Amino acid sequence: MAGGVTSSGVVGDSFAAVRTRLLAPSWLVLLFFMFAPMVVMLIYSFLTKEFRGGVIWSFSLGAYDQFFLDRGLFGDEPPKIEWTYITIFLRSIWQALAATVLCLLIGFPTAYFIATRPVSQRTAWLFLITVPYWVNLLIRTVSMKFLIRDNGPLNEALLAIGLIDSPLALINTDFAVQLGLFYSYLPFMVLPLYASIERYDFTLSEAAADLYASRRAVLFRVVVPSVKPGLVAGCILVFVPSLGAFLAPDLLGGAKNFMIGSLIEEQFKGNAGNWPFGAAVSMILLTIVMLVLLVMARSRTRDVGSAA
Amino acid sequence: MSRAHDVRHMPGFGFLAVVCLLVLYLPLLVVMVYSFNESRSITLWGGFSLRWYAEIFYGPESPKFKTAAWNSLTIALIAATSATLIATSAAIAMVRGGSFRLRSATFGLITMPIMVPEIVTAVATLVFFSSIGFVLGYASILVAHIVFCIPFAYLPISSRLQGIESHYDEAAQDLYANRWQTFRYVLLPMLLPGVLSGFLLAFIISLDDFIITNFVKGAGVETLPTAIFGAVKQGIKPDIMALSTLLLGVSVLLVTASWWLGRKDSATHDQH
Amino acid sequence: MKTTLLKTGLALGLTAALAATPAQAAGSLSIYHWFEYIPQELLDKFAAEHGVEVTMDTYDSNESMLAALKAGKLGSYDVAVPGDYMVKIMAGEGMLDTIADGELANKGNIEEQWLDVPFDPMRQHSIPYQWGSTSFSVNRDQYAGDISDTAMLFDPPDEVKGKINVLDSQGEVMAMASMHLGMPQCSTDRTQLKELDALLQSAKVHWASFGSDVAKDVLVSGDAAVGMIWNGFSAKGRAEGANIEYAYPKQGHVVWMDNVVLLKDAPNRDNALKFMDFLLEPENIAAVSNFAQYMAGVNGALELLDESLRTSPESVPPAGSAPGVFVEVCDQATQEVYDAIWTRLKK
Repeated sequence: MAGGVTSSGVVGDSFAAVRTRLLAPSWLVLLFFMFAPMVVMLIYSFLTKEFRGGVIWSFSLGAYDQFFLDRGLFGDEPPKIEWTYITIFLRSIWQALAATVLCLLIGFPTAYFIATRPVSQRTAWLFLITVPYWVNLLIRTVSMKFLIRDNGPLNEALLAIGLIDSPLALINTDFAVQLGLFYSYLPFMVLPLYASIERYDFTLSEAAADLYASRRAVLFRVVVPSVKPGLVAGCILVFVPSLGAFLAPDLLGGAKNFMIGSLIEEQFKGNAGNWPFGAAVSMILLTIVMLVLLVMARSRTRDVGSAA
Repeated sequence: MSRAHDVRHMPGFGFLAVVCLLVLYLPLLVVMVYSFNESRSITLWGGFSLRWYAEIFYGPESPKFKTAAWNSLTIALIAATSATLIATSAAIAMVRGGSFRLRSATFGLITMPIMVPEIVTAVATLVFFSSIGFVLGYASILVAHIVFCIPFAYLPISSRLQGIESHYDEAAQDLYANRWQTFRYVLLPMLLPGVLSGFLLAFIISLDDFIITNFVKGAGVETLPTAIFGAVKQGIKPDIMALSTLLLGVSVLLVTASWWLGRKDSATHDQH
Repeated sequence: MKTTLLKTGLALGLTAALAATPAQAAGSLSIYHWFEYIPQELLDKFAAEHGVEVTMDTYDSNESMLAALKAGKLGSYDVAVPGDYMVKIMAGEGMLDTIADGELANKGNIEEQWLDVPFDPMRQHSIPYQWGSTSFSVNRDQYAGDISDTAMLFDPPDEVKGKINVLDSQGEVMAMASMHLGMPQCSTDRTQLKELDALLQSAKVHWASFGSDVAKDVLVSGDAAVGMIWNGFSAKGRAEGANIEYAYPKQGHVVWMDNVVLLKDAPNRDNALKFMDFLLEPENIAAVSNFAQYMAGVNGALELLDESLRTSPESVPPAGSAPGVFVEVCDQATQEVYDAIWTRLKK
């Protein structure tokens, strides 16, 4: 693929002269209304917690101490490594990964299918994918819960056609959470993928087929590398928000175990009322995600560099 | 020609697309069916009734629902449009601006709103707004929405742009097109599917937002999600299902219109 | 004292002056309230009677209201409707204004038992809004035995194991668990706390889910055979046709009360007081009760309640059942242990 004109991530410089002007709006808006509030949160994570929410303006590492060190139920044992929150992080990462894979498995073929429809139908398909999202996420998730419950329509239908003998226990399982996350974020996979595949030059597939590449080889060795930017964008848009999601885990998973989202939620809206800790957990999450994304972005730029 | 068609076709993909639609629409079927439920329940069927629709239009809360729907749709439209403009401009700089030192930092900044859980953004933004004296109301909701819509618009647009070879704009500039003309007549037409995808994602994410909106809105300004979250001590009533079905109706009308327009459009295109 | 009297006099004078010209717009009133917990007709009635423009903002939990007020919304609302323990917390934070003697004309309407309450002695900052109880309900199609025991939640019979939903609410779950063990709510005794921790860990094995918003629906659909729930919510489920029975366990149950409080720095303090007086009139608060299906704490309101609400098995504890208790507010050090137990439960 090296030297191929459709190699992923083509960086040009035809707009380099006006780069600063083009970036100014996003810098302004995001520095002021996103970065500045996050600096507030970063500061909060190093402050003393106020009982029942709020912060006291004196420096403290208490929040990070709570995250990494286990001092026993009464806080007076010698510190050990705290596994509680690491476990919660790993669980969330696993659930988000599974949801991303599910979205990819269904989303890629769907995006590909839409991109190969006649031009006149494509926009309608895009709308068709996003229409369900006009209904609020809470309502959609509650309906999903209704569908997959033990004696719900899905189980009844499967029983009726004889595919299963006893109802599938779906509700309140990890799989239900993954299904909920998948359902919450599916269009966020399909649309970026579509935008990339639609640009794909199908003569490349023909050329590959002429060289006796199988369909599978055409798909994985030619199509997928060409649409990699869309693939990456879709995965980011599903994986990252899934990490902090709490509605699907709460309603479909039964909220028996904290996820990162519900853990943080509890610090601000729940009984714990520990703002510095909530801020610290968010900062740790932000750092991890940011590092992963930057490493990915770096490696992509390098790809491009070698291809050019 | 027939073989080209053959190569494009991937067996089973059509089936999976149908599965995708099924997954997306089955839960909505539940919503639609229970919006006609005579009973107040959303799990037990009590007979057919239009009472919840009457409630939406003529009930005591109908003014609230109407203004909430209006606020939600206008905020989503303005926020998604603004975010798409900002994101498009940023994407061109990031993908066509050569390499520059703050590239990675800018990418981090643009994707920041999706990395931070909503509740944190909500509290932080409220603290920030009140410390700079930003009056809470329609405007504060709008600003917050534009901010968190940006990454959802940016990612599809920039990935699309990465798939467009830079020799197109180079060729245009060789032909003495200025940057605006290059963008307007060369890049934009090729970028459109990405822009549309980005806009649609930004639109639905704004339409859906509850947590941030609930924190940064002023008293008396409702959006649909904040008007809908009546679930806490009362349980979800079928009137919410009716409201959702009505919204679906509106969006389906838009789909039909776009499909019809698209068909007319392509009919003229196919001439050449 | 002098300033209070002066304020009172002024307030009374103002009220009288404004009452004389009800047709004119007398400013506005900004309410911070739970979702869907007051009939719109009642707000319209108040607005019409006093010529006041009413705006309402809503929240979904006591704690999120507190968070929003702390993050900067204090000063933009006149009244809020916190639950019992939250009144005490807000008062402790200095977020509440004091209602002076005589400022509320209808204060005498408050029922005796709700006047000198532990979370707000002699009602200095608040008036009763709605009260109810928290316990659990059992789907009688799935379990027929005796249900008047908290063991249904914490040491359940085999038939309902794995089919239990508990409220996703730390205070109420911990209070019920403490009752089950017969220990005080804010215990500092380490043996007791460890016992509580162990009980919750062992009970969780039998629980299917934690959920508050869906507490009614999981019982109605039959997904849960036993579900922790508020009494009015359970009554609604029964009205929808589910065969569910609300239990008043012999160990006791939780009582909660939502209260209208006067917020500090209220922009429309006078209208706030008028609104409180309005809600202390039996017919108005009864309208709230008939809408929300919970009880009012105002003399004369009971007779105006719907027959079904007044006599429902959910609102009338059987004779001889254990008294209800409020969720207590622990001191910081104790609360931290309870928070840690909750985190361990859900990790």
